Amino acid sequence: MSLLERFDEGEIRALSKIVSLIENREEGYEDTLGHLYRKIGNTVRIGVTGPPGAGKSTIVNRLVHQLLKDDKRVGVVAVDPTSPFTGGALLGDRVRMNEFPIDGSFYFRSMATRGEVGGLASSTDNVAVAYDAFGFDVTLIETVGVGQVELDIIDTCDVVVVAVVPESGDAVQTMKAGLMEIADVFCVNKSDRPGSARIVADLRMSLELGNQSRDWWKVPVVATQAVKGENIDGLLEKILLYLSVARESGEFERHRRQQLEKKLWALLQDQITKEMQDKLSKMARIDQIVDNILNGNSDPFSASRELFQKWTDSVS
Amino acid sequence: MTEQKIRVLLAKPGLDGHDRGIKVIAAAFRDAGFEVIYTGLRQTPQMIVDAAVQEDVDAIGVSILSGAHMTLFPAILDELKERKAEDIILFGGGIIPDDDKAELEKLGVSKIFTPGAPTEEAIQFLKCEVEARKEQ
Repeated sequence: MSLLERFDEGEIRALSKIVSLIENREEGYEDTLGHLYRKIGNTVRIGVTGPPGAGKSTIVNRLVHQLLKDDKRVGVVAVDPTSPFTGGALLGDRVRMNEFPIDGSFYFRSMATRGEVGGLASSTDNVAVAYDAFGFDVTLIETVGVGQVELDIIDTCDVVVVAVVPESGDAVQTMKAGLMEIADVFCVNKSDRPGSARIVADLRMSLELGNQSRDWWKVPVVATQAVKGENIDGLLEKILLYLSVARESGEFERHRRQQLEKKLWALLQDQITKEMQDKLSKMARIDQIVDNILNGNSDPFSASRELFQKWTDSVS
Repeated sequence: MTEQKIRVLLAKPGLDGHDRGIKVIAAAFRDAGFEVIYTGLRQTPQMIVDAAVQEDVDAIGVSILSGAHMTLFPAILDELKERKAEDIILFGGGIIPDDDKAELEKLGVSKIFTPGAPTEEAIQFLKCEVEARKEQ
């Protein structure tokens, strides 16, 4: 039986092999993804992001338990950073993931960023496609610990939970652009610690002051204590509420279309860039152009315009 | 463009809580460019093999300091067989007498490292072993 046939039969090992194929960009991975894309659309993707140590893994762990209790099949992708120095990675999100069934209703995969800087690995979205085709009801995607600008999660998920802790900062921090703007649901975790009520209030105030372009949704702030499972049902309830409101308003669909369009352009851009580099490096001496710029006889802007002209002439 | 990495699952089976050794190994493997999936303490053989299958690792490394190695290693091997995942390399470390070590290696554990073994030895072992299995 081929790998894809075994995948279609629901064999976990086949899913694992296909995830590796996608992650390693092994030969034929694009065709495999092409095949998988034909049968997706039934999985909801929940993203969990936030700074290091906010409790993302623990929150994901608790959400999984809750979802399994509701008879959902759940897949998790958890991303941790790759070392820029050695290329190695310590993937530790599984430490929080014990006591799960092994009947195929739960699957967990750790991924290293492998050089990507947006909070996910470049193939995380493709891996989520494989999960969808495999038939999970829900895919949870956990980012690396992020700062303020690693926001790839919004292009990969249907709903984004931003987890923060009472120590995450004062009112001004909560008003900053970036991470604070992408939440569909805020989770203030470790809410037993001092300052919890204050950050909940600060977040709510920032949300009031902020850009309220989404008249169909008011971002809720949920206080949890994931380690004890405290108010995880409350968090899940808000996540599910968001999804149903988004579906009703047509935003769910619109967001997915937007994500696909972005992905399409990105893929096209990759191909064009590669093709262009291949061609131009044969047609022009890039090192001489760089020399010219260094000598003051040219500049990067005119040089790139000339190169672009050369390329368009060659393809027309 | 293919980008393969050696993926290793590191786990502590059984009840002993001494995880200093396995953390040293985890850091050494990470610095050697491996992707290390660390699962932590008190793992059952079933949990270990289940995680290894999901993570599609090349190898499983376990550390046993409790003396239960003659039970735990064979249990992991059995579990691997049951899941048709015998191609995953199993190696380990711990306080393991020479006689037991020979016995375990005969049963199918690829390699046992005992106290004092340099981390570089484990790194080289894994690189060679993974390479060899890929060629098969």
